[in-house]
Amino acid sequence: MIAGDTVRSRRRRALLLLLAPVTLLLGVFFLVPLGIMVVYSVLEPGLYGGVEWTWYPFNYGRILGWPLNDYEEFDPIYLSIFLGSLKIACLTVLFSLLICYPAAFWVSRMGERRKNFVLFLITLPFFANLLVRIYAWLLLLRPTGFINTLLQGLGLIAQPLDMLFTSFAVVLGMVYIFTPFMFLPIYANVEKLDYSLVRASQDLGATPLQTFLRVILPLTAPGIVGGSIIVFIPALGNFIVPAFLGGSKVQMTGNLIERSFLQSRDWPFGAALALLIMASVVLVLMIQLTRAARTQTKGAV
Amino acid sequence: MGFLQIASAHKAYHTPEGAQVRALDDVTIDVRNNEFLTLLGPSGCGKTTLLKCIAGFEDLDGGDLLLEGRSLKGVPAHRRPFNTVFQNYALFPHMTIAQNIGYGLDVAGVRKPERDRRVGEALEMVGLSGFDSRRPAQLSGGQQQRVALARSLVLKPRVLLLDEPLSALDRKMRETMQIELKNLQHSVGITFIFVTHDQEEALAMSDRIAVLSNGRLQQIGRSTEVYDTPANEFVANFVGTSNLFTGRVTERNDRLLTIETANGRRLAARSDGFAVGDGVTLVLRPEHLRIAEPGEGGAGCTIEGTVKDAVFVGSIVHVHVDVGFGRTAILHHRHERAGASAAVAPGASVRIAYSPESVHLIAAAGG
Ligand SMILES: Nc1ncnc2c1ncn2[C@@H]1O[C@H](COP(=O)(O)OP(=O)(O)O)[C@@H](O)[C@H]1O
Ligand SMILES: [Mg+2]
Repeated sequence: MIAGDTVRSRRRRALLLLLAPVTLLLGVFFLVPLGIMVVYSVLEPGLYGGVEWTWYPFNYGRILGWPLNDYEEFDPIYLSIFLGSLKIACLTVLFSLLICYPAAFWVSRMGERRKNFVLFLITLPFFANLLVRIYAWLLLLRPTGFINTLLQGLGLIAQPLDMLFTSFAVVLGMVYIFTPFMFLPIYANVEKLDYSLVRASQDLGATPLQTFLRVILPLTAPGIVGGSIIVFIPALGNFIVPAFLGGSKVQMTGNLIERSFLQSRDWPFGAALALLIMASVVLVLMIQLTRAARTQTKGAV
Repeated sequence: MGFLQIASAHKAYHTPEGAQVRALDDVTIDVRNNEFLTLLGPSGCGKTTLLKCIAGFEDLDGGDLLLEGRSLKGVPAHRRPFNTVFQNYALFPHMTIAQNIGYGLDVAGVRKPERDRRVGEALEMVGLSGFDSRRPAQLSGGQQQRVALARSLVLKPRVLLLDEPLSALDRKMRETMQIELKNLQHSVGITFIFVTHDQEEALAMSDRIAVLSNGRLQQIGRSTEVYDTPANEFVANFVGTSNLFTGRVTERNDRLLTIETANGRRLAARSDGFAVGDGVTLVLRPEHLRIAEPGEGGAGCTIEGTVKDAVFVGSIVHVHVDVGFGRTAILHHRHERAGASAAVAPGASVRIAYSPESVHLIAAAGG
């Protein structure tokens, strides 16, 4: 008993020692800035950036629909931009899912060498700078860009299509950026799917659709959920893609935050917006965690 | 009209290197209704391939499958009235035991009261009542095995296909399950096609055994037929242990043949067939050989040799005897008399005796 206790306490001390660096790092570079953001979000903006140290709840009021610091005139402009961002993030998740889910099955059934090559191709975009890649889409999509020139050359359209600075362009760019993040978790899940279960389902009389809904989908759900969360979180706060491909027409909350800090120099408002995004992300994660905990107690999947 | 006819089935696979593997080469088997048929053969002989073709997971390249006279060509796996028990059981990990067993009924749209009743019966049949809300991962190998059986049998298939279902179990469990499976087959009255590479298992369980090698059917018959009268050297070697001697018939005296091997060994055998000059192979089972008493043994019915090894396996001793020309004969020696063990000590000179009636003769290939 005593020996066991000393072993355990020694283990605990070793664990603390091992965890100390990462705790320190997170504490200094994550929790402290987060605390600053929380505090700033309820302070009055300074004239040229910075903050005035007075209680000022109107930042949240503005986000929720009372832009004029007085809670009288209701105009949910920021809320609608936030909902627009939510929509774009959801569409990004949906389309990258539609691309990656079938692709994962396809790749998982390839021969070893082709498989490794395809996986290499999927990670290839990371070798090029993000801005360059987004800028390439700008060149492709603009009225005198590659796609329009091609379609006009083929005589399929008379006037150039208005693709740039639309939600379509933003979703397209986001799907393009986030596809690898969706693919890898789904692929990891699909790869270890036991194909004999599919056989068994068929053997027991299930049609292909029944097999998919009752066996394949539930068993690959963890990959789908994981990939969706990994894409949803950065997509919701993204500002580079809308800045390039959305122009002034398609704005996301990320652009508002960027402008609050760097252009209008309204730090408290930017902080409040950032916390709004963070709150929604935490909400999504909590829903997922409780769900996962529930399936855990039901039995290992 | 047979029940399930496998009519000159052909199937070839192409390896990535471009070679062709003949997994099934002109296999014809008439499966009877309600029989326990075992496909027996070494690993890679095409047993799983045949099972997959019957189940509908693979298509034959040539030949046909007929269920009560109707071809199964083009019938997808989920529409065939066959079910499979997979080697790794393939239980759905995200479902409870009851959900696993009810799966086939659910996808067929069976109403809940009837479904629940049949699932309950199936659980009871395999002795797992009360396990319905557990998950497969919470069961032992033998229990998972039973769930897989129940999951298939609850659908009352015409044929149950079992691909080496016992190979993952330990020896004791395997022997228990062999008896259980055999009894189960009897009580449900469903045709079982059982795949194994274990000849003892095949002999213990089957009504009939089909021996396969390199994609070809070597012999099909009742267990005793296959064991006592193997059709060729492969079957003689694969099913049980055999001592084989190949030679030519030099004398025929009524039913008593004398066979002379290439090394000049002269051996006697009794048989109705064969004429002087025919090439034959003698099959001598170890249990038909014994160590001759001094002075005992007629001409041609003995083989001289030196004991190489004596392996005590419990009820008997396996004696390995060097009989010259690089050949070793194996005989099963009962050790009821204490004195006899001295006779089978390594190094001892012995004479092996057998009765000519116990010899089975195979016509030598091409002879
Ligand atoms: N999908 C496949 N591709 C290529 N060759 C295969 C495939 N499946 C089986 N084979 C080959 O066919 C032969 C028979 O295989 P199988 O039916 O699995 O044998 P068994 O079940 O008797 O061990 C083997 O030589 C095996 O390598
Ligand atoms: Mg096999």
